Amino acid sequence: MDKIHDIIIIGAGVVGCALARALSRYKLDVLVLEKEDDVAGSTSKANSGVIHAGYHKKPGSLKATLNVAGHSYFQRLSDELDFPVKFIGKLVVAKKENEIEDLRKLMDRGFKNGVKGLELIDGKQIKHFEPNVNGFAAMHSPVSGITSPYLMCIALAENAHLNGVDFVFDTEVTGISKEKEIFVVQVSNGSIYRSRWLINSAGLNSARVSQMICENDHRMYPCRGEYYITDKVDTLIKRLIYPTPSKDGVTLGIHITPTLDGNILIGPSAEYIERLDDTASTREVMDKLKRESSQFLPPIKEAKFIRNYAGIRAKLFHPSSGVKDADFVIEEDESIKRMINLIGIESPGLTAAPAIAEKVVGIIGEKEALVDDEKFNPERKAPVVFEHLSDDEKARLIEQDPDYGEIVCRCETITKKEVLAALNNPLGVRTLDGVKKRCRAGMGRCQGGFCTPRIVEIMTDEYGISPEEIYKNNESSNMFFGKVKDDREEG
Amino acid sequence: MIEKKVDIAVIGAGPGGLAAAVSAKESGADVLLIERNPFLGGILIQCIHDGFGLHLFDKNYTGPEYAEEMVNRLENAGVPYLTNCMVIDLNEKKELTVVTSKGLMKLIAKAVILAMGCRERTRGALEIPGTRPAGIYTAGVAQNLVNIQNLRIGNDVVILGSGDVGLIMARRLKIEGLNVIRVIEILPYCSGLVRNRVQCLEDYGIPLTLSSTVIDIHGKDRLEAVTMAKVDRDFNVDHDTTEKIDCDTLLLSVGLIPENELSKKAGVNLDNRTSGALVDNFYETSTEGIFSCGNVLHIHDVADYASNEGFFVGEKAAEYAKGKWKHSGGKPVKIGNGISYVVPQYIRNDCNEVELKFRVTQPFENVRIIVKNGDDVVFKKRVLKVIPSEMNILKLKSIDPEKDVEVKIVIIDKNIN
Ligand SMILES: Cc1cc2nc3c(=O)[nH]c(=O)nc-3n(C[C@H](O)[C@H](O)[C@H](O)COP(=O)(O)OP(=O)(O)OC[C@H]3O[C@@H](n4cnc5c(N)ncnc54)[C@H](O)[C@@H]3O)c2cc1C
Ligand SMILES: Cc1cc2nc3c(=O)[nH]c(=O)nc-3n(C[C@H](O)[C@H](O)[C@H](O)COP(=O)(O)OP(=O)(O)OC[C@H]3O[C@@H](n4cnc5c(N)ncnc54)[C@H](O)[C@@H]3O)c2cc1C
Repeated sequence: MDKIHDIIIIGAGVVGCALARALSRYKLDVLVLEKEDDVAGSTSKANSGVIHAGYHKKPGSLKATLNVAGHSYFQRLSDELDFPVKFIGKLVVAKKENEIEDLRKLMDRGFKNGVKGLELIDGKQIKHFEPNVNGFAAMHSPVSGITSPYLMCIALAENAHLNGVDFVFDTEVTGISKEKEIFVVQVSNGSIYRSRWLINSAGLNSARVSQMICENDHRMYPCRGEYYITDKVDTLIKRLIYPTPSKDGVTLGIHITPTLDGNILIGPSAEYIERLDDTASTREVMDKLKRESSQFLPPIKEAKFIRNYAGIRAKLFHPSSGVKDADFVIEEDESIKRMINLIGIESPGLTAAPAIAEKVVGIIGEKEALVDDEKFNPERKAPVVFEHLSDDEKARLIEQDPDYGEIVCRCETITKKEVLAALNNPLGVRTLDGVKKRCRAGMGRCQGGFCTPRIVEIMTDEYGISPEEIYKNNESSNMFFGKVKDDREEG
Repeated sequence: MIEKKVDIAVIGAGPGGLAAAVSAKESGADVLLIERNPFLGGILIQCIHDGFGLHLFDKNYTGPEYAEEMVNRLENAGVPYLTNCMVIDLNEKKELTVVTSKGLMKLIAKAVILAMGCRERTRGALEIPGTRPAGIYTAGVAQNLVNIQNLRIGNDVVILGSGDVGLIMARRLKIEGLNVIRVIEILPYCSGLVRNRVQCLEDYGIPLTLSSTVIDIHGKDRLEAVTMAKVDRDFNVDHDTTEKIDCDTLLLSVGLIPENELSKKAGVNLDNRTSGALVDNFYETSTEGIFSCGNVLHIHDVADYASNEGFFVGEKAAEYAKGKWKHSGGKPVKIGNGISYVVPQYIRNDCNEVELKFRVTQPFENVRIIVKNGDDVVFKKRVLKVIPSEMNILKLKSIDPEKDVEVKIVIIDKNIN
């Protein structure tokens, strides 16, 4: 592969995807290398999906400024790229009188950071807003919102791809060198990619990846956050419900997050762990999540749970060192020119991603003129979501294409047509989890019980592959081991 | 939009819905049976083992044979049906929205029979900690993948839960040459039918470990192992007894949940004991003109019972559609000591005869099943053994519907008898 790309991005999390899309408006040859099977294969799929308002972080820090700036992009991005956002508002709830001081501090920070609409409310007003929530007082943040983090990544990446960016999956960067001002990037399958610029948005691996060529002493302290997902409970809460932030400043505390699909997320916990990829759930934390969340939302105890998951924060400090926070690292390396490192992009990284992307574009733009690509198309259409349509629209679609008339996933009412659209996604992702992220088949209360056999059938037909070639996500997650009976025996 | 009117719409063509459709038609109603799958028969089609029809047909059929027998009856009765059509909405006015490959259909019915069956409890509902690799299936999904799709789902298998589907799959996988390591059950007894324990585990030398559960799952991409531990009577885990079992497949057979999402849309009130609708002894739900039968009402041990219920409900729904009687509500049946649930939950005030179906909370030996009507004992039977996995059915011939009916278990004191 002798081609020299203008820019290689390492990692297709939300930061890599936002950057790919931001760069795709210029006349540049951009390539994204990702070790997982799909975009949002790591932290960017396992978080709270909250579009933070920006009152939490220290005024003047990158975390604060890029959060507030990032927030301001979301509505437009959602309009252009057709992924869901909803500004449902948030209550940060003080359980006792002595926590009001904490709320005031947040108000103060929010004011300094330029967050709009914050107000303190009392217990009575809490009940007015959220009848099921208990609290003494709360800070109401009307501009806080939610999105689907993986649909957002898919939308950003598909639009980038439409505008010429290539994505290569199942490809881990294993070594970096520089020959005559050109980066030589080695990957897991032995191939080599070359580029003029190299951008490291490798999330949890970003310190390691930077140290493949740069000299620095960044170190990653993985901090796991576990969650519960409930079955649909539309009526319990309308807004995000947060406790006052933990005193150690490590996290925002276990909160309750309604999702766009009517489920509720409980979490995340915060626990420093050994391994960067240990996303297992643990009994102790699962019990704690239920206990703590029911303190301010008692009816959550009755909720039915459909799944657990965990995401890992890319922290650059360990609280035992006395450090309370570390800012995002977003910079061109001092000695390795045109290598930009994005390290420690933890919360509010999802919210900040569009602003982080613009900041990186700025760094590049200072060094060389970026030429607008007049063919750039800012719009991307999401596939149809049958369940969201009116009866008349549903009827019309089925008449146009009978594949809309076969429901494959009964819990989420997903049609065969939607599964086919997911299978034929522009990024060429071909795994079961890829289908699930794109059309929600298998995300409901039966967790794929009814639809998995049918999806396997549709996948083998559509791709012309055998079932052994179907993977849950990466190539060691195979689902099947051949046939039970030889075909000949069947007849 | 396709629009249609019908006396009775039956949702779901498993053994319950098929029977309901046949009997509603034979009682003179104009019926439409709607099934989501491309075939009739419901869950029976993937149950290729025998043991079906012993009660209803006095035959030892496989699931598909039982379904064929029922479908023959349906065709003889001339019941129209739709396959590949899913009801996605139902309201209190008994208007159904149906997705069909020809278009969206609005169906207006005088009466609706809910026969949507059940789904399986999943890992998420069980809240098992650990990683989330490929290789974890519910037993019914595994049954479909193996029996219908002819797929080998793994090599070394652990089964959690001794429900009937799990027991049957233990045997099935063993026959297909997989290594079935063991079945792990949290209760101190096997939760499936005795005949399944004997014929599926004991006959094939598959070990069953009681009072134990899976407390952790290992493996990042494909399952690599599970951790098993003993539990005490209150299900507290004894962490000194953990054992790591290497396996690449975990089957869950830990309970079935009636599939009542559609029922809720029609305002049907549910019983938290059965997770099915609350019904009176005509199997009418809290929403007038909507009836329920089969596994969507309560989980049945065998298909025959689901069909029997369907036959009864079809007739009642036909009577309702003809205006023979009105919604009544009735008096709640009282659930006494040792009883986990009773169906129906209400007895109409115009009935003296009623059939009660119930399960016990735990295995009992040498007890009396007693039904009281007011102060009178109207049913009394001594039994040597009753277990939760076996549904009990009893008929009461002449009760006073104005007085309370209570079902309970009384332990026989050996000293007195
Ligand atoms: C529990 C939790 C909750 C959070 N909640 C929120 C929230 O509500 N709102 C918010 O704004 N933020 C939140 N965040 C933060 C947010 O999720 C992250 O900041 C964001 O997802 C980081 O994106 P990223 O692209 O930097 O990293 P990632 O998503 O980790 O992407 C990095 C990618 O690089 C790939 N990669 C790594 N190494 C290599 C290599 N060698 N070669 C090729 N590819 C490689 C990885 O596979 C991965 O896909 C939360 C984080 C956590 C952990
Ligand atoms: C996996 C499994 C194995 C079993 N093994 C045995 C056995 O060995 N022996 C035995 O006697 N019994 C067995 N049983 C029990 C017996 O088969 C069931 O009791 C019986 O199938 C229940 O019948 P049903 O009609 O209520 O439900 P089902 O058979 O589940 O039928 C319900 C039907 O409704 C359809 N449906 C659901 N929602 C909709 C909708 N919205 N629109 C249209 N259609 C819909 C479904 O597709 C399905 O076909 C087994 C049950 C299960 C789940």
